[in-house]
Amino acid sequence: MEQITGRALILAASAIGAGLAMIAGIGPGIGQGFAAGKGAEGVGRQPEAQADIIRTMLLGAAVAETTGIYALVIALVLLFANPLINLL
Amino acid sequence: MESSSGFGPRIIWDSGATVPGLEFLGTFKITETVVVSWGIMIFLVVLSIMATKKLEKIPNRRQLVVETIIGAVNNLTKQTMGEDKMSFAPYMGTLLLFLAISNVLGLIGIRPPTADVNTTIGLALMTFVLIHVSGVRRKGIGGYLKGFAEPLAPMLPLNIISEIATPISLGFRLFGNIVGGLIIMSLVYSALGALSAALFGPNIPPIFQAAIPGVLHVYFDLFAGILQSFIFTMLTMVYIAMAMD
Repeated sequence: MEQITGRALILAASAIGAGLAMIAGIGPGIGQGFAAGKGAEGVGRQPEAQADIIRTMLLGAAVAETTGIYALVIALVLLFANPLINLL
Repeated sequence: MESSSGFGPRIIWDSGATVPGLEFLGTFKITETVVVSWGIMIFLVVLSIMATKKLEKIPNRRQLVVETIIGAVNNLTKQTMGEDKMSFAPYMGTLLLFLAISNVLGLIGIRPPTADVNTTIGLALMTFVLIHVSGVRRKGIGGYLKGFAEPLAPMLPLNIISEIATPISLGFRLFGNIVGGLIIMSLVYSALGALSAALFGPNIPPIFQAAIPGVLHVYFDLFAGILQSFIFTMLTMVYIAMAMD
């Protein structure tokens, strides 16, 4: 069997880690869907407050997105600016 | 941070050695981000000067557009921050215009400055300073420090951590959205280029790159870009208003 170098091992593990990090995308999906559902409910109940409801909903959705963005940043760091390679 | 895969901003000018007269800066590189940011700033300044020349009582078409934008920003600030914080409206309007223009620049093939973490963290740090300076100015230093120990004194470390997390989440939210879109767009472009090279040979121009990415541009550059600039501005307003009340 061919010898696996430490560098190749780190690169492979980083790619898998980036994929695993993006599992966090589930959270913002649920959160934003919930916010959008409640927003639709609110507009259905009070159509005259649509502008306010949409603004509040977008703000809440953006805050719910934060954890997903953290996961994305970690995945990007693992793929393009890997700090572990330098530890070899 | 040098990335070998090439999603980082291009380096326009490398000083190499220290520049005469600017030795205190050391060696530095000027990236695409800096150049495009200065371009947007010059564009906004020139636009503002030209738009506010010869203002009249009965507005012409140009003045009407400007008044609509200013009115919308003032209205948004009044609704979100309250009547007493209207002095923030010019900053919020500038922030909104700068972010909207820089996010939309991806449409014409220029790398948006907000796809660089330095820009977004810089803007988020400006928000951070504004939050705390206006908190101290409104409540006085005692009232401001007391705000950290609310509702109970044991909450002090948690409050400090959440204050530090504010600019980080603000900066990375914008950066992540824009750079995520940028990476997906460049992956789609290279996939379409490879597809047309595989089908028609490498000598034909990559015709699949012509119209197919348009839909994705509308989503990632127009929709997400405008939405994220709006959200950054809104969150800045909400955080400042929260620190002052």
